[in-house]
This record gives sequence, C-alpha cells and structure tokens, in this order.
Amino acid sequence: MYTQGLNQAVEDSGPEDAELLARFQAKIDREEKIEPNDWMPEAYRQTLIRQISQHAHSEIVGMLPEGNWLTRAPSLRRKAILLAKVQDEGGHGLYLYAAAETLGISRAEMVDRLLEGRARYSSIFNYPTITWADIGAVGWLVDGAAIMNQIPLCRCSYGPYARAMIRICKEESFHQRQGYEAISRLAKGTAAQKRMAQDALDRWWWPSLMMFGPSDADSPHTGRSMRWKIKRFTNDELRQKFVDATVPQARLIGLEPPDPELRYDEESGHWHFGEIDWTEFNEVLAGNGPCNRERMAARRKAHADGAWVREAATAHARKKQSRMAMAAAAE
Amino acid sequence: MSEHGERSGNERDWPLFEVFIRARTGLHHRHCGSLHAADPEMALARARDVYTRRGEGTSIWVVPSDRIHASDPADKDMLFEPAMSKIYRHPSFYDLPDDVENM
Ligand SMILES: [Fe+2]
Ligand SMILES: [Fe+2]
Repeated sequence: MYTQGLNQAVEDSGPEDAELLARFQAKIDREEKIEPNDWMPEAYRQTLIRQISQHAHSEIVGMLPEGNWLTRAPSLRRKAILLAKVQDEGGHGLYLYAAAETLGISRAEMVDRLLEGRARYSSIFNYPTITWADIGAVGWLVDGAAIMNQIPLCRCSYGPYARAMIRICKEESFHQRQGYEAISRLAKGTAAQKRMAQDALDRWWWPSLMMFGPSDADSPHTGRSMRWKIKRFTNDELRQKFVDATVPQARLIGLEPPDPELRYDEESGHWHFGEIDWTEFNEVLAGNGPCNRERMAARRKAHADGAWVREAATAHARKKQSRMAMAAAAE
Repeated sequence: MSEHGERSGNERDWPLFEVFIRARTGLHHRHCGSLHAADPEMALARARDVYTRRGEGTSIWVVPSDRIHASDPADKDMLFEPAMSKIYRHPSFYDLPDDVENM
C-alpha cells in the first residue's frame, strides 16, 4: 500500500526482557492501544517509524500527480474540488509525520531520508497523469485502494497512528467519490471522452492493484505485523476486497478493467483476476518507474525553494521574542 | 512531558505545538493533534488551515509541547488504582427502597 516497501526485515536488536515482551503482547491481545511513552520492542518501534513515515511521504509526493492538473481542470467546480483534495493530502502528510515523531524520529530526519532517496513512498505516484481522465482514475482507484488499506489501520495497535488514520479516513471519503464522479462523466460523454476514460482505467488498473504490495507468499513479515496488530489483513486479502468492490463500479459506467482473465467466481463469491506483473512493480520500487526521477526532483526543488521562507519565519519569530523580552525588562 | 515528550527536541525543526480545538460554544477544547511552527502566531494560523477545514472548530488553543507535563505510564497503578476500590463514591453503591422518588 502506501507502505508497500515494508518487506525488508527490521533488525532485531538483541534480546529484550521476556516479561516486558509478554506484557506488551498481552496488552495488544486485549485490544489496548500502545501509547508513545509505553514500553515497546525496538522492532515494533522501527517497523512503525518506517511504515508511518513511508505513508506520510506518500501523501506528500502524492500531491504532485494531481497538482499537475490544478491549473488545467476543465471547470471552476472541478478545480475547487481538486484543490481541496490536494490540500487534504498535505494535511494527511502532516498528521502522519506527527504520529511518527512520537516514536522518537524528528521531522527533519524523515524529510532528509526522503530527499536523499533513503525512504520510500508508494509506487503508484511514479506514474504520470497525462489526461484529465487520469485525475478521475486517481481519485476512484488510487484513493479507493488507499481507503481499503486505511480503514483497518484505524484499529492499529499504536494509538497515535490509529488516531491519525481516523481523521484521515473521515477526510478521504470525498476523494474517491469525486474521482468516480469525474470519470463517470467522461464515460457518459462523447465517444472521444469515453475512450479517454477507458484509456485511464487501462493505465491505472494494474498499478492500483500493485499498491497493496507483494503477494502474501513474498511478504515474510506479515505474520509479525498481524500479531502486533499493525496490520489486520494481508496484502492479498485487501487486494481481493478492492477488486471485488471496483469491478462492478467500472461496469456500471460502461468501462472494463484491462484483464482478460477477469471473471466472477460463483463458488467463492470473489472476482478472479490475472497475474500481476511483479517485474514492473519491482522496477518502479527500485526507482525506474516512469516518473521516479521527476517526482524526487520536484520534491527537492520545492524543499530548496522554501528554504528562505523557513529562514525568514525563524528570524521573524526570534525578533518578536527579543522585542517582547526587552519590553518586559523595561517595565 | 507530552505525547511527543522530550523526543521532539531537535535543532532543525521548529518547535512543536499541541493543538486544542473547541468544536462548538459550550464544549471543552479538545486535543486534536500537533504541528511545528516558528512561533505561536504561526502555530495558530497553521492549526486553522490543518484542523478546521470542515467547520470542526470555533476556537483554537496552541500550547508548546515541551510545556506539558504528563504522568508516567509506569505510575499508572499507584496513581489510579486507589480510585477503583472506592465504589461508595458512586451513586449506584447505595441501597434505597424501591419506591423512593426524586433521588
Ligand atoms: Fe490521503
Ligand atoms: Fe486521498
């Protein structure tokens, strides 16, 4: 998902107190939240730092493909909606960075890791938004897949992360709807508009399925994350839920996912879908997707261009503080 | 020590503020999150942008996180257990005749 790069192991940092560990696990089993000042195993802390910061980076980098259409939205209504959505994503990044900070990593360190290419963000944001229909597809499929993943995260065992996700899920609910509305409008439009909608689905379908991360067989740490209740469903379970929900939505507006193997299986009650191209997934994660370089260049430029603003605000705050101190001393 | 505790102290980030929002007149301000800002004025402006985009509030407090003192989770039993055993502090503890009214 937004944290699909989680399959490297977090090093275990030597033996930890067995009694503390047992108490920690018992608390999680009772569905009690772990809070920042509570004892936690180092691997739990590091797994969460990596997962939450990757999630935060994804929200921030995810603003870029949609930002691409802010000045070119086809109507004032669409422009206002898109602006509100992109602004929400910036807020989601902030909530998540704040949650990660409670685990003992600074914001500056997380930003460094992203800008230096040491941290990952979701593979999905390395694909281009070349037509207006792509903006519809992003809201419908990308936010749709994100919601599928984020709803169970509202019950994550780590309190600050769970609370951030509750806020985010509330705000997300319009993101998917606005995207589906936009692409439905095209699907019901002229022949050219319908072709544009189908083309967007053709390009975004498989990358959206990849958002859920490697298949369970290739996710060796799923078991531990499930035991710690960081994860509630496996990658494949969430992917299946997404396909089951999305195929009927596509057909309802006369679009067809680009998968010849797609068929409804009466027995299981699920949609069967074809094999995902994991080579493409791994290439994008390795930095070789269509827009990886462009996205990182844009983030680095934005950060560098903002440096003078950060410096000016710091200088202004200091000046005000010293003026207040002088006024107080004169009294 | 707040939720972020002393862990948040570093030179490169602006100070951290905890944000409290009053949803409607008559309600308490409630903690809703935190953010970095150069000073309290900027913290208020940012809190407004981040936490009240959908009419969530009518008033905002921002408090520097390092000014919050919190109880230690390790002291939980010592601090709060004594309250659990004093059930006579609750009205349901008392035996009254079934037909007593207005009490
Ligand atoms: Fe988001
Ligand atoms: Fe979203």
